[in-house]
Amino acid sequence: MNTNLTPRTPAPDRGGPAQPMLIVRDLKKYFPVRGNLLQRKPKFVHAVDGVSFSVPKGKTLGIVGESGCGKSTTARLIAHLMAPDSGTMIFDGEGVAEYGGLELKEFRRNLQMVFQDSFASLNPRLTIADTIAYGPRIHGIAATEANRLTHDLLARVGLEPGQFGSRYPHELSGGQRQRVNIARALAYDPRLVILDEAVAALDKSVQAQVLNLLQELKAERQLTYLFISHDLHVVHYLSDYVMVMYLGQIVESGPVENIYGEAAHPYTRALLSAVPSMNPEHRTLVSPLAGDPPNPINAPSGCRFRERCTHAQAICEALTPTIMEVGNNIHHQVACHMNNPMSGHTETIQEISA
Amino acid sequence: MSTPLVSVQDLGVQFSGNRTASALNQVSFELGSGEVLGLLGESGSGKSVTLRTLLRLYPHNKTQISGHIRVDGQDVLALKERELNLYRGGTVSMIFQEPGLAFDPVYTIGQQITEAIRAHGNTDKASARQQALQMLERVQIPQAKQRYDAYPNELSGGMKQRAMIALALACKPKLLLADEPTTALDASVQIQILLLLRELQQETGMSVIFVTHDIGAAVEVADRIAVMYAGRIVEQGPVAQIVHQPRHPYTAGLLASSVGMENRGQPLVVVPGSPPDLAMLPPSCSFAPRCTYASERCHRELPPVLNHGKLSLACFHPILPFMEAA
Repeated sequence: MNTNLTPRTPAPDRGGPAQPMLIVRDLKKYFPVRGNLLQRKPKFVHAVDGVSFSVPKGKTLGIVGESGCGKSTTARLIAHLMAPDSGTMIFDGEGVAEYGGLELKEFRRNLQMVFQDSFASLNPRLTIADTIAYGPRIHGIAATEANRLTHDLLARVGLEPGQFGSRYPHELSGGQRQRVNIARALAYDPRLVILDEAVAALDKSVQAQVLNLLQELKAERQLTYLFISHDLHVVHYLSDYVMVMYLGQIVESGPVENIYGEAAHPYTRALLSAVPSMNPEHRTLVSPLAGDPPNPINAPSGCRFRERCTHAQAICEALTPTIMEVGNNIHHQVACHMNNPMSGHTETIQEISA
Repeated sequence: MSTPLVSVQDLGVQFSGNRTASALNQVSFELGSGEVLGLLGESGSGKSVTLRTLLRLYPHNKTQISGHIRVDGQDVLALKERELNLYRGGTVSMIFQEPGLAFDPVYTIGQQITEAIRAHGNTDKASARQQALQMLERVQIPQAKQRYDAYPNELSGGMKQRAMIALALACKPKLLLADEPTTALDASVQIQILLLLRELQQETGMSVIFVTHDIGAAVEVADRIAVMYAGRIVEQGPVAQIVHQPRHPYTAGLLASSVGMENRGQPLVVVPGSPPDLAMLPPSCSFAPRCTYASERCHRELPPVLNHGKLSLACFHPILPFMEAA
């Protein structure tokens, strides 16, 4: 499909190819919880608790974890949809929303988001074409130019512009609406797109269509994706790097082949084996993880995963594991005492890999 | 073979309103006792409608139901008020996708289960409470005694789904209808619920109809899978047959488009297009416009449902010859 999209003043590549698209350092967000009158000390949900990572240019970082682990909060903090309690962000070499750095409006043009609920994220009173043209208009594009852009974008995401442009969101199916959301995000010529469970609500056959579209667009426009999902198959399919979160912290991160091939954290291994087998002769017999994720208000001391971990020992309760490299692979990092031969855990890395 | 527990014949459901939509067309299937049937399909394929019709949940005035449903010797479509109340929950009960919406938020979990037990049998309060507690323990809710007095909003998603299973099984139904019970849950909790369902099914010997759009989940629990498309069952057979040797092009497309570990780095095989509008179903095969195997005949005639042993198929151009493998 050839659509001659002439990018309007494409955002310059400031930092060069080696500069990561986004660096996040020590991001934190605590939500206060209303207690009763007698509670003196306010309680907090530690939704995101010291998360640091970077996304290389043109790559896809997948974030996985159970509900309540802080995946979506992380995405919202990055998009500045809510203010972080602490933490800094560097977008292509420039600090975001800080003195001398990238302006927030400019940053938001560079970063767009696609949400899970395709219906709730579209304005029901705007036609599809108006929705897509709205953003470029705000950013100072003339109406005719914005309309042309909309036309091209709709065609690119596989919706016939003449047929769909004048429709309202409720007249489209879920898959079509999600295509509109993707087109809207692309209307800004962004460089980083955050996909927050963007394919989770779609049927399997439609999901495959949208995943293919996302891959094509990434290659065409040199996009960088931050892909949030709880579906491990989809993350494996789309991501170059994977970050596993548990209760607001990163427990393991690394290249996709390391995470899926030689997962070092017991939580990652459990998550991976919780995927249905697809083979009626080899059904899953034992659930790899017991119980639900614990309450993020009173997160366990030490390692947060220890209450559900089969390898938990006294050291796990006493000491919070720091995130360290696995073996000599600087890209693959894990926060587990078993990975640290000096930690005092009796099942350290040598025994695990055996 | 003895008479099956559930026998559905030529079931058709039409919703009238502004437009008339044919949600189900000539759906026929049977289910023996102790058997688990997985109903697989996309949204709008009629999976949930089938379940709801089995429970007679649709209002009279806007639905036209044709065909026959027999469950445990009863003609379901002819049941009157009192019998219907006993049938729902007593013979057949259902668990829903959103456990948060299925519970009444102003009563505790325990009260709701106890109420169900007392409504279906002459049990006094104390022993009904005892039974409810046993059920909560049976579905592996930790600290069942405390949870008995918990309100639905105080439980996590997985716990609510367990409580819902306890409620559904409290009156020992012969048939459990599960409408996407694990779709809203995390993968780690999903597998727990699937294992629990399988365990309970084997223990009680009940039959289960398990509706899902996730083939993986269906494979974990079902003995047999029926694939639905646009209100029809297009293919039916044992799980292994469906997964390893799909015959209907739609089934094959569904299997191919589920993302697996081997797909990385290559485009996914997709079924092009989208499901048809149920208000404007063609008189021919409704999958033909999306099908790569479709011939002129597919656009003209409706393929009849052929049965052979445990398999059934509605397609003129099956991927594998139909009779051979049966």
